[in-house]
Amino acid sequence: MLRGSLRLVLFGWWLQLKMRSRSAFDGLLAIVYPMFFATSVLLMYREGGSTSALVGAAVGASVLGVWSAVATTASTSLQSERRLGTLELLVAAPTPFPLLVVPMTLAMGTIGLYSLVATLLWGKFAFGIPVSLEHPLVFVLASVVTAIGISLMGFLLAVTAVRYRGAWALGTAFEFPVWLVCGFLVPVASLPDWVAPISWLLPPTWGAAAIRDAAFGGSPWGDIALCLLLSAGYGVVGTWLCGRLVTSARTNATLALT
Amino acid sequence: MNPGGPASSLRIFFVGGWMSYRALFGWLSPWILIPTFLVEPVFQILFFAYVGRDAGVGDDSFYLVGNAIQFASIPCLFAMGNTIAGERYASTLPLILVSPARRLPLFLGRALPVIVNGLLCSLIALGLGALILGVTIPLSSVPLLVVVVAVSAFSCTGLGMAAAALALRVRETAVLSNLIMGVLLIFCGVNVALSALPQWMESVGRVLPFTHGIEAARAVVAGADWSQVAGLVGTEVLIGVVYLLIGLVMLHYLEIESRRRSTLDIA
Repeated sequence: MLRGSLRLVLFGWWLQLKMRSRSAFDGLLAIVYPMFFATSVLLMYREGGSTSALVGAAVGASVLGVWSAVATTASTSLQSERRLGTLELLVAAPTPFPLLVVPMTLAMGTIGLYSLVATLLWGKFAFGIPVSLEHPLVFVLASVVTAIGISLMGFLLAVTAVRYRGAWALGTAFEFPVWLVCGFLVPVASLPDWVAPISWLLPPTWGAAAIRDAAFGGSPWGDIALCLLLSAGYGVVGTWLCGRLVTSARTNATLALT
Repeated sequence: MNPGGPASSLRIFFVGGWMSYRALFGWLSPWILIPTFLVEPVFQILFFAYVGRDAGVGDDSFYLVGNAIQFASIPCLFAMGNTIAGERYASTLPLILVSPARRLPLFLGRALPVIVNGLLCSLIALGLGALILGVTIPLSSVPLLVVVVAVSAFSCTGLGMAAAALALRVRETAVLSNLIMGVLLIFCGVNVALSALPQWMESVGRVLPFTHGIEAARAVVAGADWSQVAGLVGTEVLIGVVYLLIGLVMLHYLEIESRRRSTLDIA
């Protein structure tokens, strides 16, 4: 059972990754679009004149793209299936529906990792930012864990579209708030006090902290563990919500309504 | 009614433009409209204002004005791009292009509601952003600010018209609009003053929509009057007109090409 589920997720992820990598919107744009914002941000920090802040911004800006690659596409993915007429087939399949959705968002998170690397390289070659990673292997691990956390947040966003057709707009609406609240660039401490508890509940907050620690020599293990723990929580809540929303959509006969 | 006559042209301009706008956005519920047109721009402003504070450059007013005006590119570019792509999706593009309606009122009519939409998005973002960040915009500056924002929205819609023409050849209009929006974000002095950009970037920015509009709006918020920003506003109008003309010429050329190559429906 477990082996079959893992196999399904693995093959689903690979299939989705191949499909989305060939899409101009999900593939190319997911990498290029956050780089516009990263470029803007790096120009601002360069104008500020602090080299250490610029290096920190280069690492922080690289995480922007992971969330961008997931947020909008995750919330529109099931609406796209609905328009293609395949959502009912996915829901009716004997395979648990969440195991079909999670690979979609994992593939988006993987494309987000391309964006992370591309942004770091962009910072190095276009801005001459010397990012030397203190713990390269841990940096890779932290990046992958962050991508998993963001993918599972995307999973939660994606399943809402099963019942609510307008839920695709959530991804667009949450893009900037998550960039801000998770402290990718600006320390959460500099935001209003009430923002901090919200940021603690979001896996990317800990993922981004782990990435920074791995890059600059801190201890990322606690952040990695918290990111994984919260990610698992999002997976569980997403699965529960998915069951409720599918039942509701079937009861109200709204699954195929576009 | 003579399809080439002035009465018909006026009807196509106003009624056709309004119908096209309703077709584009008629399906929007408040649940989609509010996050897309209100939440997103406000958080874009907040994001860059906080980054600016952290980087130690600019002030909140600088980011408020730049990002609020730049956000008009979302409705202006995407809506114009969708005037072609949306018709293709609905299989009505060939029907429109075989009609005897004059193209000038047909396409300009579609641009008018888009300009109004962009203006409203920017003004609401300006108001909400100012409220949250505590930026004071003098009441006496508001009428002139509205004019500057309207001109900026017009100018960007001109660029949107050119992008819409490309939609006759390029299928991925959303990708194209996103790319143009990104270029405007970097080159138009939205978050980094033009003087702080490399010379070549400044030169590119000078021929793009928004650059002069944003400069004028910042001056107006700082208390400048009409005589001090008239040159900037005039340049912004001129840039908009040039892009609009380029767009209309491209529409004409690519329409002929699409007919010749039989690619209207497939791009």
